[in-house]
Amino acid sequence: MVYTKRFDGRKFDEMRQIESKVGVIPRADGSAYFAFGDTKAIAAVYGPRPLHPVFLQNPEKGIIRVYYDMLSFSVTERKRPGPARRSSEISYVTKKALEPVVNLSSFPNTVTDIFINVLQANASTRCAGINAASMALAHAGIPMTDLVGSVSVGHVGGSIATDVIKEEEDYEENGEKMVTDIATAFTLRSNKLALLQLDGKVTADELKAAIAAAKKACSRIYEIQKKTLKEGEWK
Amino acid sequence: MEVTNLTKRKILESLERGKRFDNRGLFDYRDLSIETGISKNAEGSARVKLGETEILAGVKLSLGEPYTDSPNSGVLVVTTELSPMASEKFEPGPPQIESIELARIIDRGVRESGMFDFEKLCIKEGELVWLVNLDIYPVNDAGNLIDAGFMAAIAAIQQAVLPKLEKENDKERILFGEFTTKKLPLTEKIPLALTFHKIGKNIFLDPTTEEEESSESRITIEISTDKKEDYINAVQKGGDDPFTVEEMHEIIDAAFKNYKKLKEVFNKELKKAK
Repeated sequence: MVYTKRFDGRKFDEMRQIESKVGVIPRADGSAYFAFGDTKAIAAVYGPRPLHPVFLQNPEKGIIRVYYDMLSFSVTERKRPGPARRSSEISYVTKKALEPVVNLSSFPNTVTDIFINVLQANASTRCAGINAASMALAHAGIPMTDLVGSVSVGHVGGSIATDVIKEEEDYEENGEKMVTDIATAFTLRSNKLALLQLDGKVTADELKAAIAAAKKACSRIYEIQKKTLKEGEWK
Repeated sequence: MEVTNLTKRKILESLERGKRFDNRGLFDYRDLSIETGISKNAEGSARVKLGETEILAGVKLSLGEPYTDSPNSGVLVVTTELSPMASEKFEPGPPQIESIELARIIDRGVRESGMFDFEKLCIKEGELVWLVNLDIYPVNDAGNLIDAGFMAAIAAIQQAVLPKLEKENDKERILFGEFTTKKLPLTEKIPLALTFHKIGKNIFLDPTTEEEESSESRITIEISTDKKEDYINAVQKGGDDPFTVEEMHEIIDAAFKNYKKLKEVFNKELKKAK
């Protein structure tokens, strides 16, 4: 174990300062803001609303669509506006993470659209986006059986670090990348994994330890989400 | 959601009495607030709130070749994305004409005002210049994205600094994420956009969503000050109905008068933000 002290001085199981808020976009049916330190995301929900073209409709239940994107100036090197493969995939896995908790059986043939935008990025943007989207859905009054909480856990230089930052994502030892970034999301009451993505190199035990760390962090996020929804804001 | 005929009639009746639903006068703007530095990764960025309308603008710089017809000038590119996040009216997908028009209206007002000293954005004539990307994103559309977006753009430009450069094998390279304290080469000029709408015979500024959807005609006048004299730099007639020459005279005069007022509020709020 070489990475024993985190770049920003946090404990290994400590998340960055979280800030969250609902109702940030008055025109939307539901909206929320969620920040892990310098990573800031907003989400807006529109719907349930009629879905066109008609052949996409599901007569058994309403469907959800997710559009994740980053503002061009949220990153150090300008991101070209418009969708790309990366944002398409993140939209897709975000949808898969949120779908298990929404119940749109009373709204057949409709669509509920979720738009996520990253305002400022310093790693874990998909996780901040999922946290914002989960709250925005609840804020819109969409029937839900649960909330979803998301956090990234890194295996950095031999240590398990919760809520990684950019510097940790780029951590190297002797010119070799020594990081596995693991994005997770949990359904928060039922405690199930709704998102798990990683790339890097970990052992079975390390991945299990990372999942445990993520579960612990997500239970904290659950408390914050509930408080935010009740009080409008959490800081 | 389209505005109903009933709402439209009520708006018209109210305007005939010189009143608006929110009690503003015909040429009054809603409350303005400005926040700068909303993204640490941008060279400059700003959030403008005009009533409930919220719009973000950011400046990113890169290096590139100049256009062959202006080998010693930097390049400005303005993009807007009418994100479906901001309104149920906007749809995902390639930019629609409304989005392109908004970017072009803002582009012309900024460019023609002379607020940029484009020649100072040139690093090596004919070879290397700064490329300024100005990107504008509405977050909540509660009416008047043009004027609000324009102010967000100006605030982001005013705040922007140059990124750090590094020489590698005799070639300049940007150190992404590292900034100098050097501001962009700007002049004293502060252009602003004033968009007038017409319902019936009534002409007014800063529409809400309902007023905008009831609007029969629209025109944007972009003004800046040069040596204490105010000049129009760009105009865009939108909306469906044409204006009479008399109405146009009224709008031109009101634009100059209200530019001074708006500039004062804008400068005050921008100072607060810094």
